[in-house]
Amino acid sequence: MTRGIIRFGFLPLTDAAIPIVAHEMGFAAEEGVALELSRETSWANIRDRMAVGHFDAAHLLAPMPIAAALQLLPLSSSIIVPMALGLGGNAVTVSSALWAEMKAHGATSLSTAREMGAALRQVLQQRTRAGLPKLVFGIVHAFSAHNYDLCFWLAECGINPMLDVSIAVVPPPLMPEAMQTGHLDGYCVGEPWNMAAVARGTGVIVTSKIEIWKDSPEKVLGVRESWADTHKDELKALLLAFDRSARWCANPGNATALASLLSLPIYLSQPVEVILPALTGSLEIGGAQRRIPGFLSFDAPHSTMPEPAHAAWFYAQMVRWGQANLSKQNLERAMKCYGPETYAETIGVQYRQRGEIGGFFDGRIFDPKRIESYLTSLPFATA
Amino acid sequence: MREDDLSILVVDENRLRAGVIEEALREAGYGRVTLVHEIAGLVRRIEELAPDVIVIDIENPNRDALESLFQVSRSVQRPIAMFVDHSDRGMIEAAVEAGVSAYIVDGLKKERVKPILDMAIIRFKAFAKLRSERDDAKRALGDRKLIDRAKGILMQQRGIDEPTAYDLMRRAAMEENRRMVEIAQSIVTAAGLLGGKGKE
Repeated sequence: MTRGIIRFGFLPLTDAAIPIVAHEMGFAAEEGVALELSRETSWANIRDRMAVGHFDAAHLLAPMPIAAALQLLPLSSSIIVPMALGLGGNAVTVSSALWAEMKAHGATSLSTAREMGAALRQVLQQRTRAGLPKLVFGIVHAFSAHNYDLCFWLAECGINPMLDVSIAVVPPPLMPEAMQTGHLDGYCVGEPWNMAAVARGTGVIVTSKIEIWKDSPEKVLGVRESWADTHKDELKALLLAFDRSARWCANPGNATALASLLSLPIYLSQPVEVILPALTGSLEIGGAQRRIPGFLSFDAPHSTMPEPAHAAWFYAQMVRWGQANLSKQNLERAMKCYGPETYAETIGVQYRQRGEIGGFFDGRIFDPKRIESYLTSLPFATA
Repeated sequence: MREDDLSILVVDENRLRAGVIEEALREAGYGRVTLVHEIAGLVRRIEELAPDVIVIDIENPNRDALESLFQVSRSVQRPIAMFVDHSDRGMIEAAVEAGVSAYIVDGLKKERVKPILDMAIIRFKAFAKLRSERDDAKRALGDRKLIDRAKGILMQQRGIDEPTAYDLMRRAAMEENRRMVEIAQSIVTAAGLLGGKGKE
């Protein structure tokens, strides 16, 4: 029995695995819905096509629905987040030239996120003394976890992301080329676009999202609120299908099959060997192989439960970097975007609200109720 | 202000389409139209030109970069917003449908933007129509080849002549309420499965 067609937008990234597998492995069909997947070229395009009703749901950057709720994006429409599409999966890659300079300042393949940052800081100080131009780092969107991960890491390592470096927005698939042609010195992007540079020998991964913030949110399932209100059965079917898909993706025995599926020209169009490392958690960091369990996690429901405290943290970063104003009302709006209840109920688990969240490499604890004191404790805060 | 005072930037990798839009805008009296085909250096060009209106292919992967530039208005002298603030819902839908997006400098009146967008929408639509006609033509050619193959199989297997084979397929299509090409596909598939020769 088919309840209906769900039109779904995604970008070519490894963390689009859950929707792709839900379609390809037949989980969606078994739950009674047909997924019509559409690969897009920009987050702006996905947002626009959601706003005019071309898409019912989409693979979205975790902060995007929050930015839309706060009217910070053009064509903002109400998007709810009933499920997350995994945790982790980003990394910071630098050019071979920059890596050589970082090595000269003590970075090795065993360096921690903090040590890598310290080496980068010394490179920047030396460049400033020599009167060289600022280094340019790429992110995928102004309202992306990549932006906040990168800035969080840089700032904690004593680098002011607003002054000491330049930040440029580049589409994920174009990152490796932008670095190869010298337009970027480094970038923070989701897989496979870090490994793509490593495979070409043009870039070196220096740290990953999991090292900056363990178990941190990245992509979410965004659903048009007006669609969710009128398609309750379809939404439940979609959540069931995605939950099964996430469990399939999380099974280590399926990693190679998943990489082959994602490598198809209609999806990521990248070689299997470039996609696989993120799925097995065995990546080349600082030029040497390292085991990073949980680098990209699809472990349902732990990695797929949308967490309002995560939304609050993203909102705090928007305030921190001057994108949004601090107010109780804005915080409430941000947290309301992420609604775990429907998913928890649909798959029959108990959702327990989290007060504080941790796992950050700076050791700080974030409590949405104490957002103001959290912000003043952070370096280079504009708020 | 006259039309020709407005600076319009058209960003389109499709040179033909960009050219058509430029021509239409010039004919309508807009003198300051600039075309950009390449993504590289787009941001710098925008800073130099300070356009009032940017018309861009919706599929352009650099839209996220473009929008972030407008947010960080340090690099552009005047704030630029998406056309959403200058147009009604119907126009937004029409634009997205046609595959075109636009960004407008702050403070520009709705009625000054509308004719530019209308023109871009019409041209984009015309191009989409051309493309779909070309696709249709390709498909029709493929369909005809398939029908010819199925006809060949029937002639060979049943020992009948070409008009009879054609007639057989046509009648089957009518009776089963299916398209000729679907009948042909079944014949070719069946011949393949049963080990028959699928060649003409």
